[in-house]
Amino acid sequence: MANPMRIRAAAKDGITEVRVLMNHEMETGQRRDASGAIVPAWFIQEVSARLNDKDVMSAQWGPSIAKNPYFAFKIKGGKAGDTVSVTWVDNRGDTRTDNAKVT
Amino acid sequence: MIDIERRRALKAGGILAAFAAAGLLPAGRARAAWNKAAFEGKTVQEALASIGASTTAASDDVQIIASDIAENGAVVPVQVVSRVPGTTQIVLFVEKNPNVLAGIFDIGPDIAADVTTRIKMMQTSNVAAVVKADGRFLASIKEIKVTLGGCGG
Repeated sequence: MANPMRIRAAAKDGITEVRVLMNHEMETGQRRDASGAIVPAWFIQEVSARLNDKDVMSAQWGPSIAKNPYFAFKIKGGKAGDTVSVTWVDNRGDTRTDNAKVT
Repeated sequence: MIDIERRRALKAGGILAAFAAAGLLPAGRARAAWNKAAFEGKTVQEALASIGASTTAASDDVQIIASDIAENGAVVPVQVVSRVPGTTQIVLFVEKNPNVLAGIFDIGPDIAADVTTRIKMMQTSNVAAVVKADGRFLASIKEIKVTLGGCGG
């Protein structure tokens, strides 16, 4: 199981700004290791977010997203005490979901 | 005869396993949506065609917010803001990366058309943001100079 994400969600003026820091290698499949063998691609392909069990955001990523991805987006609505959850799925089928309370 | 059948079955199983290892078999509902053709596009035109955008028009309402010079190509912060009414998708490209498509962000009714992430850039390149709104595709391009490449290092 992958390491947890760090999620910050802050509501202000009817907009909840969500900032997520994920733990992932985001290996491109272009790089070679010391012995010259290609390091297989390993990256997050899909990201989605929910606000209190309602799907609000989805994205598809390629390996051009930087290692340990940072992702920020703005939800219309939301208030302090709401729950934001973020899920990613990588190309190996590994997945992780983490939650944060809106402040 | 039985032996041959068994070999065939084993061979077929082996091929399936190889596909699974290469990430070609969708595991579950969520992964089926990943637009493989678009992410494997080697040119912006190829990738655009894969998301259904044959023509794009330049627009000042699509804004790429990033510094002009990135010291480290492995981590280049980029923000895309669309002021186009009815924006449903923001797509981000790095023209000179081996695979040009970086990400597709679906802008649903509950999300502002304003996303920020960090991308890898192999070398100095144009970064393009394409916005889908009402079936139209509007684009903005910004060159980001990279002093240290971020792929393969």
